[in-house]
Amino acid sequence: MPVGDRNGAKVWRRRTQTESLSHWALWLTGVAIFAYCWQQISGATTWFFVWDAPRIAEDIWTRATPPKWDYITQLGKPIWDTINIATMGTLIALCLAVPVAFLAARNTTPSALLVRPIALLIIVSTRSINSLIWALLLIAIIGPGVFAGVIAIAIRSIGFCAKLLYEAIEEIDNTQVEAITATGASRWQIMAYGIVPQILPAFAGIAVFRWDINIRESTVLGLVGAGGIGLQLSASLNVLAWPQVSLILLVILAAVVISEWVSAKVRGAII
Amino acid sequence: MNTELQAILGRGWKKPPLIKRPWLRWLLLAGFVAYLVAAFLTIDVNWARVYEGLERGKQFVLAFTSPDFVSRSGDIWDGMVESIIMTVAASVVGIAISIPIALGAARNVAPLPVYLACRGIIAISRALQEIIVAILLVAIFGFGPLAGFLTLSFATIGFLSKLLAEDIESMDRVQAEAIRASGARWSQWINYGVQPQVMPRLIGLSMYRLDINFRESAILGLVGAGGIGATLNTSFDRYEYDTAAAILILIILIVMALEYLSGIIRARVQ
Repeated sequence: MPVGDRNGAKVWRRRTQTESLSHWALWLTGVAIFAYCWQQISGATTWFFVWDAPRIAEDIWTRATPPKWDYITQLGKPIWDTINIATMGTLIALCLAVPVAFLAARNTTPSALLVRPIALLIIVSTRSINSLIWALLLIAIIGPGVFAGVIAIAIRSIGFCAKLLYEAIEEIDNTQVEAITATGASRWQIMAYGIVPQILPAFAGIAVFRWDINIRESTVLGLVGAGGIGLQLSASLNVLAWPQVSLILLVILAAVVISEWVSAKVRGAII
Repeated sequence: MNTELQAILGRGWKKPPLIKRPWLRWLLLAGFVAYLVAAFLTIDVNWARVYEGLERGKQFVLAFTSPDFVSRSGDIWDGMVESIIMTVAASVVGIAISIPIALGAARNVAPLPVYLACRGIIAISRALQEIIVAILLVAIFGFGPLAGFLTLSFATIGFLSKLLAEDIESMDRVQAEAIRASGARWSQWINYGVQPQVMPRLIGLSMYRLDINFRESAILGLVGAGGIGATLNTSFDRYEYDTAAAILILIILIVMALEYLSGIIRARVQ
């Protein structure tokens, strides 16, 4: 127990001398790094615009309210497209994520030395790049439209789903697998009756969870031209039609809240 | 022997279906198929365009084998440094703001009015996506990393406060009560009773959020909020796939390094 000395009396202290010194050094480095970062940001900022910001914000607010409610008739198709992008993207991603997850899990991979690193690389690289960047790339390759959005969402979701799924596979109860093996089951039968039933709840949970995230992401994919309601958003922003922008933002907010509610309900029902 | 067992004796075993009621099972399946057909019919894919694009796709994949770090090295360096600076500053500010909000959003620490206010802040921050916040902030504060920094800080608050508040709510009451029984003030109670219990989780979440913030900072440039996104967008627009591949490889490497680092730190604090 670290004890300090105050006028001859022993007083409890939380840290020893060296501990508190190293703490201070750590804090000092952290503060120095932050100060440097802040200096860089403020150097790249036009402060006139920042001081002007409250006026601009108020100006935008007065322009954006009230929302142009009758514009909602034109939003039906974009919303349908958005939901399609999220759903189809999730379905494709799940189909691709299942084999990747089985190849990446330590207990089911055919070769821990050769195949597993490749599967892990697929997971990391698809996960670390945002779906907007995938959309940007796919638009350059296959042209703008809903299809590019579906593929972008699918690619981005592979890593996420496969990572959660392979962790679930690694955590399965091995005695069940052994029991199936003992009956003389083939490799595929072990898979179907020993492993799959154990990971099915996790799989369903992951699917719904990712679908919810994908609804969020697909609402903004249109900003780069990949279809959905974001297309309307960027068109309205480009012509500074603020009443339309505020209506679209409200619709997006509603879509996000509803999808979160649906996913919470479904997950509650499954698990 | 009961009749249920009698009925299935001597027959081959079949896997029980996931949904017991047959009509519900078939209805769900039919509805799903109908939705898929409807969705397929409304997505008009220009297959000729896709086929044309396959050549460019091949070029892009090949670009990954020979990424070009050199010819735009200045732009890449500037963008990466700006992204990292935005990430670090936004994480620090976001974490600093989200700790008091997390305390306010924990029902066992805060009174009801404070709790509701803090939960409201968290809900707003979580419902708005980064990119939409970035568009609005760029419109208000002008182009540059300040808008990106504010966006990431705002997004950090929702994420971190929610998870931290849940951790505070599930903490061990006994320790906190022991501190309170020794006559501690409120601030001492938080500092010695609550903080040591949630510190490992806070550090782990902070590292995770740093990682997310870096990934998000890569796209903020698309709407003019600073960072590597602007460089990446330009390189796609100019069909400079080798430069784009170089940037993507750098992003993947930094994310991997951050994930590795946060794994080590989380293993040490827990």
